Amino acid sequence: MSALALAAAVKSGERSAAAVVEEHLDRIAERDGEIGAFNLVLAAEARADAARIDSALARGEPVGPLAGVPVALKDNLCTRGVPTTCSSRMLEGWHPPYDATVVQRLRAAGAVVVGKTNLDEFAMGSSTENSAFGPTRNPHDTSRVPGGSSGGSAAAVAARFAPLALGSDTGGSIRQPAALCGVVGLKPTYGRVSRYGLVAFASSLDQIGPIAATVADAAACYEAISGHDPLDSTSIDSPRELVTASLERGVDGLRVGVLAELCAGSTRVEGAAGSAVEGVAADVIARVDTAAAALEAAGASISVVSAPSAVLGLSAYYLIAPAEASSNLARYDGVRYGLRVDAANAAEMNVNTRTAGFGAEVKRRIMLGTYALSAGYYDAFYGKALRVRTLMRREFAAAYADVDVLLGPTTPTTAFELGAKTADPLLMYLNDVCTIPANLTGHPAVSVPFGSGDDGLPVGVQLMGPALSEPILLRAAAVLEQAAPSGGGAR
Amino acid sequence: MSPAATGREQALAEGWELVVGLEVHVELSTATKLFCGCANRFGDEPNTNVCPVCLGLPGSLPVPNATAVSFAMRLGRALGCEVQGAVFARKNYFYPDMPKDYQISQYDQPTSIDGRLELVDGHTVGIERAHIEEDTGKTTHIGGGGRIHDADYALVDYNRAGVPLVEIVSRPDIRTAEQARSYVRELRAVLLAVGVSDARMEEGSMRVDANVSVRPAGADELRTRCEIKNLSSLRSLGRAIVYEAQRHVELWTSGERPRQETRHWDEARGRTTPGRSKEDAEDYRYFQDPDLVPLAPEADTVAAIDAALPPLPAARRAELIAVGGVGAADAAVLVERNQDRLVRAAVAAGADPAVTATRVVNDLATDNWSRVTPDGLAALVAMETAGQLTATQAKQVLAEMAEAGGAPDEIARRRGFEAMAGDDLAAVLEEVIADNPDAWDRYRAGDETERKKLAGFLTGQVMRATKGKADGAAINRLLEQHADQ
Repeated sequence: MSALALAAAVKSGERSAAAVVEEHLDRIAERDGEIGAFNLVLAAEARADAARIDSALARGEPVGPLAGVPVALKDNLCTRGVPTTCSSRMLEGWHPPYDATVVQRLRAAGAVVVGKTNLDEFAMGSSTENSAFGPTRNPHDTSRVPGGSSGGSAAAVAARFAPLALGSDTGGSIRQPAALCGVVGLKPTYGRVSRYGLVAFASSLDQIGPIAATVADAAACYEAISGHDPLDSTSIDSPRELVTASLERGVDGLRVGVLAELCAGSTRVEGAAGSAVEGVAADVIARVDTAAAALEAAGASISVVSAPSAVLGLSAYYLIAPAEASSNLARYDGVRYGLRVDAANAAEMNVNTRTAGFGAEVKRRIMLGTYALSAGYYDAFYGKALRVRTLMRREFAAAYADVDVLLGPTTPTTAFELGAKTADPLLMYLNDVCTIPANLTGHPAVSVPFGSGDDGLPVGVQLMGPALSEPILLRAAAVLEQAAPSGGGAR
Repeated sequence: MSPAATGREQALAEGWELVVGLEVHVELSTATKLFCGCANRFGDEPNTNVCPVCLGLPGSLPVPNATAVSFAMRLGRALGCEVQGAVFARKNYFYPDMPKDYQISQYDQPTSIDGRLELVDGHTVGIERAHIEEDTGKTTHIGGGGRIHDADYALVDYNRAGVPLVEIVSRPDIRTAEQARSYVRELRAVLLAVGVSDARMEEGSMRVDANVSVRPAGADELRTRCEIKNLSSLRSLGRAIVYEAQRHVELWTSGERPRQETRHWDEARGRTTPGRSKEDAEDYRYFQDPDLVPLAPEADTVAAIDAALPPLPAARRAELIAVGGVGAADAAVLVERNQDRLVRAAVAAGADPAVTATRVVNDLATDNWSRVTPDGLAALVAMETAGQLTATQAKQVLAEMAEAGGAPDEIARRRGFEAMAGDDLAAVLEEVIADNPDAWDRYRAGDETERKKLAGFLTGQVMRATKGKADGAAINRLLEQHADQ
């Protein structure tokens, strides 16, 4: 049952919130030992919240659009009094004294938090294997990764532990795991959803967004969490457009561009000039072509669009994101909270704590970022990456003058085996090649399940649009959802 | 081109010139901190004015305090700066009292640039920049010797973390230790005039670092400088500059050269000691803070700030001097004490400018003078110049006016202060002359210097006999009349 169907059943009295929550807790108890989606299941709290909603309904009080809907939170979102670990030893024992803005908003909408989900440590990774608490497995094939870094959230939705989950997306961390787990993942426009209470990885790129089994559920969750927040200076202060109301309007007349740089091998792109990113599998490209045909059949016009700087995105991203991370993660020094490994003086305590508390990938990125910002290297690395980012913004803005949305793959391949890429960081980084452009430009993008690959595992296609184009993106996503070939989907 | 060396502090060897630039941190007196809603208050229980933002807890985000930004812009305009679009940047380094292990500051695009500050003596010091940044917490080292290296443990108070600061960086335009002190005094006067800081050095709401170097007199070059920290008073500032400059001269003269480094002023020992040198200085890895959007003041914002700026100390001094009869030194004191408006209003009400200024400078050195009205002051000065009150009596009446209020003529009457009638005074003078014949003879025979000296003595005797009721000017007139008889 979808989140919206559950909310409707709870509000109509057909089912109690308590029963809905119990059903999901049962499913978690039954299968999460195998999947490992959760760092923490909040059974008692969820039962108490459900009981509150049921009694509010009994008294005839308003309960919100997501009444009684179980929701899973990525464990880098602060929850008052509840451990928030970022899947790192560094934050062991830390209980935030406040709720993230998105958590407050979900609760206000009636959603029930059932647990905190696993992630790559501090959201750095593409497979959820970089977790201090062990990996999460893909519900479609437990020998495969769920993607990352929001792998726990995507797996929780795919395994129907919760119809809705929140993830965070810095270079693809919502869309890539959503694609590999066969669910819907939306990265909103930068600034559309408050980052207050999201433990920062790379502040200029991080966005919180929904992961859901259906496009309509993702839209409803987006509606609940988006909007201006005075606690986040980068939050956009403009009226929200309601996305759910326009979801069924279709794509008649919509101008769709197939992004050539992400679609080497596409029947439409063939012959188009310029270089494209390498390594996108033929079966994934075939799904993109089918998706384009489906949109065309629904009345959209299809063209091929080029943004040459898209191929530079990966390099720019792996300078900008680590640079910001090196500064954002400096505060984990053992002085105020979390892990402390004592020493004779504060400086040595800082070193000991960070040596023991951070995993290898986090250390690697802190070193990369520190180097990129260092005196004498700033211009050659960080400064140049910023110039690439500016160029990408310009090229994508130009592309959106000609088309309303861009279409491409979400990931180069379907889900890969656990351990397949852990030995080679660069190979792992390539997972983000299709998703990074939207983070660097700040634009919204959504991944929709669209059939399966040659291996029978889910494939996601990606729709990208200009700033604040969520209503259009989700309309197009809804059309693809209807047209999707069988296979994939929630398990 | 350098101003003449003045004061005994200027002990630099012949042929050398002092070059000083100052970096002054001032805490803005906003109700709340720079990026959160916590109280900005000195002296509270440790760690009571804190929240997730100023503690740098994971997930928290800074939101600029609009009042702090407008205070900083107002200060910038008061210092004659261009106030421009500004960008917050992160200054990355580790210290336990810095919650995020980076300080939010401004780097290549500060709020204010290119200003100037005119000192009391008319010398102008350039202001390179004035940027906004957040303060750190405060560490107290406990046990051992109470110093960083031998303490048993440290306690950190984060009440100060996130308090808004403006760092004002001068150009190296200061040439004497006295000028450095004068610069700080003038900056403080501007801060108080525009009402953005209480600027108390002793409470740390105004902190001064000095960049000191020397060069051959008349040269244009800038030689290696040292940054002197831990200057907690104007006295320390002056002493430290003189010490450091002499150290540099000795090094250059003996064929060595100073190292560019941070040095610590040791007030007890009267010397500077080395701190961090440039070689092991930290790389702060500044970059634009992605949590904050650039500040873009609109043209009418700056215009509104300008329109609301109060008259600044230099202008107020000039206006007071322009009244005529008030000297530069008195004008400086009066403006510093905020008494220039009182004096000008009293003069406008008819009082003699010189007498008014002297009376207020000498006899109203108190914070508690709000009861003195311009009309009351003018009336007092009129009584004094008309000979109805002696200087001593005027002083006492003014003290009562400040303390309890009231009109000077009533106070004088109540106290029985009526200047002695001329005949009575003459009689007393006759007695004094009779009692001091030698002094009188020497007064009559003496040249001008001798007369002055003996007039002082004789006047003192008359004052003693009349218990201060006599008017000094009247005695002098009588003395001259008698001598000519």
